[in-house]
Amino acid sequence: MQELTQYLFSGITTGAIYAVIAVGLSMLYASTELINFAHGEFVMVGAMALVTLWVHLGLPLPVAILGAIALGCTIGLLFERFAIRTARSPQPIVLIIITVGASIFLRGLGMITWGKDPFGVPSFSSHDSIEILGAALVAQSFWIVGAAILLAGGIHFFLKQTLTGKAMVACAVNRKAAWLTGIPSETMAVLAFAISTGCGAVAGIFIAPITMSSYDMGTILGLKGFCAAMIGGIGSLWGAFAGGILLGVLESMGAGLISSGLKDAIAFILLLLILYIRPGGLFAAKEAKRF
Amino acid sequence: MTKRAIALLTAAVLCLLPASGLMAKSVYKIGGIFSSTGRASFLGDPEKKTMEMMVEQINAAGGIDGVMLEAVIYDSEGDPGKAVSAVNKLLYKDKVLAIVGPSTTPTTLAIVNFVERAQVPLISCAAGVKITSPVKPWVFKTAQSDLLAVAAVYQHMKNQGIETIGVLTVSNSFGESGKHQLLNQAKDFGLEVVQAESFGAKDTDMTAQLTKIKSQGPDAIVCWGTNPGPAVVAKNAKQLKIDIPLYQSHGVASPKFIELAGDAAEGTILPTGKILVTDLLDDSDAQKNILQSYEADFKAKYNSNVSGFGGYAYDAMNLLAAALKGSGGDKTKIRDTLEATRNHTGVTGEFNFSAQDHNGLSPQAFVMVEIQNSTWKLIH
Repeated sequence: MQELTQYLFSGITTGAIYAVIAVGLSMLYASTELINFAHGEFVMVGAMALVTLWVHLGLPLPVAILGAIALGCTIGLLFERFAIRTARSPQPIVLIIITVGASIFLRGLGMITWGKDPFGVPSFSSHDSIEILGAALVAQSFWIVGAAILLAGGIHFFLKQTLTGKAMVACAVNRKAAWLTGIPSETMAVLAFAISTGCGAVAGIFIAPITMSSYDMGTILGLKGFCAAMIGGIGSLWGAFAGGILLGVLESMGAGLISSGLKDAIAFILLLLILYIRPGGLFAAKEAKRF
Repeated sequence: MTKRAIALLTAAVLCLLPASGLMAKSVYKIGGIFSSTGRASFLGDPEKKTMEMMVEQINAAGGIDGVMLEAVIYDSEGDPGKAVSAVNKLLYKDKVLAIVGPSTTPTTLAIVNFVERAQVPLISCAAGVKITSPVKPWVFKTAQSDLLAVAAVYQHMKNQGIETIGVLTVSNSFGESGKHQLLNQAKDFGLEVVQAESFGAKDTDMTAQLTKIKSQGPDAIVCWGTNPGPAVVAKNAKQLKIDIPLYQSHGVASPKFIELAGDAAEGTILPTGKILVTDLLDDSDAQKNILQSYEADFKAKYNSNVSGFGGYAYDAMNLLAAALKGSGGDKTKIRDTLEATRNHTGVTGEFNFSAQDHNGLSPQAFVMVEIQNSTWKLIH
């Protein structure tokens, strides 16, 4: 029982990391219908920027966090402006390949800027791990889960309740029609990118104290986040959140109860099963294409 | 005019020919293959620098038997395919007498067949046990095998009265090879592995594996991996309040591990080459002098700290220089002298090559250290 609780806790912590990443990915998809395979690299940028600003330059934590998010947003903005918008034939496949290229580019840039060594970051709060039912829960887990809920909730509110958010969704549904009604679709796309990559940076910032950050951390995290978004139904923010937690718990249970060597295999087989049974993901409405 | 030009050219060529012939005889050409860029550059870069430094030093001291050394060094980028093309260039274009490197086990294994066929001595700087076991006549290596590291760890456990252990390894070639050795040698030291788990090189959380190991109640945990995974393991173990000793491998024997794991590194026990703790060594230690002189030379030339990896190339060059002496550039002689090397004190350990052992080191090449107050402390 004690072990089971422990697997659950560590699953939720890892899962919340995947969830934050998935929320950013899903958000971009909801507002531009684009899957950004460079998303993991923005996680890396967030984590590494935090290392530089907080650990190396010794700035106060809130300032360092804001700085790292700003850097993530800025790079996302430049990425949209100079790589995505300039594509001559903006078909989905072309854009996706551009994002793959951007991920390789950003990883290389990260390697040149920060070197190849991994870096550690201290916990945000210096509490000891808390014991619940005999299982230990790290204080940083609360930060991560909190960040995931806040992000998913905040973006959900933004897309559903604000005029800008609604305009953004309109652009994704039909760009030309949105443009005809006077929505500046290009501005919306830039904004969507900046928010999404900012979310990526947030993910990096919150996971940095738990894991080690290095220039090549983004690839696998991006992939796991993508899986989480797919499980939940891409485009759905709460789906992405739930998908992330589910993937993390599955991995942790798989490692604990079956075999740690097969951990990833178990998680991915379940992912395939879920997609086989519900191709749209767990939380996608069956009838409507979106939302 | 044209005739004169041709005559001049012919004369020039005639003049140069014997000269180039002479040149070829008056240098010993040796090859180097290191992963000086790419993923494994932390291995290859200090090795390449060390080799260049050694060639310079030997030439400054008048060469070997009055013959100058010339090094041809290629970058494998840690890629077996590139290592193969580099070895072919060295063997058939540069026609080297011997090769130092490559830096990693996969790149070395990719080229052993080529040097065996061409019958050119190779001194690898990689750790994998497969390189010299089974013994290949032309292949030697200077890095300690993980076989010896495991033996050093297990010997320490035996002395501490530890009987049952949990094993946690990274799922890459380093971890798999370590796991193989850990499981195989346990019996020889009267140890029982009660739980063996693994983790991915980029995993962010190992609490599930540690919980599973903890539930079996072993006396100690051994983690075998390279950064950053083992640092996460150390952190997770502290969070789970696991209070049994945590052993790590020589793969994390660098200040980086202490930096990454922070407080959680305290009390971790691991095997390391002596180069990490030169200043702590007893003055009676035979290796202390050579360690200090290598450190001083390297620091003077490159203004950066030495690593154990550069030490592998340092030993390889010293062994090769000794074998080149009196060989007259004959590859078979070089090989035979290498194989007959006994009691050669290097920075990695004392080398005793034989027809059955082309690594030549013993578990004494490792010392056990414990991390205390964020620094290393020698333990016995």
